[in-house]
Amino acid sequence: MRMGGLATETQFHVLAVDDSIIDRKLIERLLKTSSYQVTVVDSGVKALEFLGLLDDDNGSIDSTTQNHHKLQVNLIITDYSMPGITGYDLLRKIKESTSLKNIPVVIMSSENVPSRINSCLEKGAEEFFLKPVQQSDVNKLRPHLLRGMA
Amino acid sequence: MELNQLQRSFLEYTAALFREGFLDSQFSQLYQLQDESNPEFVVEVVSLFFEDSERLINDLSRALDQTIVDFRKIDAHVHQLKGSSSSIGAQRVKNSCVSFRNFCEAQNIEECSKCLQQVKQEYLLIKNKLEALFQLEKQIVAAGGAINMVEWML
Repeated sequence: MRMGGLATETQFHVLAVDDSIIDRKLIERLLKTSSYQVTVVDSGVKALEFLGLLDDDNGSIDSTTQNHHKLQVNLIITDYSMPGITGYDLLRKIKESTSLKNIPVVIMSSENVPSRINSCLEKGAEEFFLKPVQQSDVNKLRPHLLRGMA
Repeated sequence: MELNQLQRSFLEYTAALFREGFLDSQFSQLYQLQDESNPEFVVEVVSLFFEDSERLINDLSRALDQTIVDFRKIDAHVHQLKGSSSSIGAQRVKNSCVSFRNFCEAQNIEECSKCLQQVKQEYLLIKNKLEALFQLEKQIVAAGGAINMVEWML
């Protein structure tokens, strides 16, 4: 589906975060088969760094700085259980950031814990995928990405 | 061996691996992600799994050998192994990790050691079987054939 001239030239850019090398390879491949541009990092800290959130706690970094140094991120998909900053912490920091709070965030987890799922959704996650993530899950990302273009 | 025979062997071998519970449907999903632009995808992911698993199993051996056993660390390693085996469809490895985590919770060193042996065994089994499978694949491709995933699932 094409929404006009702009959409035919720009690809959506997804930032994927996972500490497992196997899962990183899988999610990258899944996202690329959906024709998304993908950046994969192995930790929440690296994700915050990429998003420009590390230097400034409330994310009030000049938005032009983000655009000059990094490609715009249209969606973030992150594992929940990671050493250091968890996926939940990452979600929270993104939603508390003035510049990044509108970027859709999706959580992945190998464990089906209802309270975990609820707290992520309540914190603003758009979706919660149980691992192993399937193509059908990745297909659910498109509406969230398209909404961002409106 | 001629191509048809090779392909038949491949199908029979894979069917047996699914039937005996070594692999689950997630393994088939890996093949859906393989195409002309990524012709080695399955071998690459599985190789990463082998490296990662061997590292984790070594870490687990070391952790269980300590004077004071850190069960949280052990549980974290097993959780990782459970995740990666699940991601490639290595069902029996995954299931052995589930039992392992239960004994971690109970903080039972003896049972955890037994679990580690079980995990090791299952890992070595699936490693051998997948390596044999990939060898067969290589022969099929060398003989001019291709692996057709759709046939597997019938």
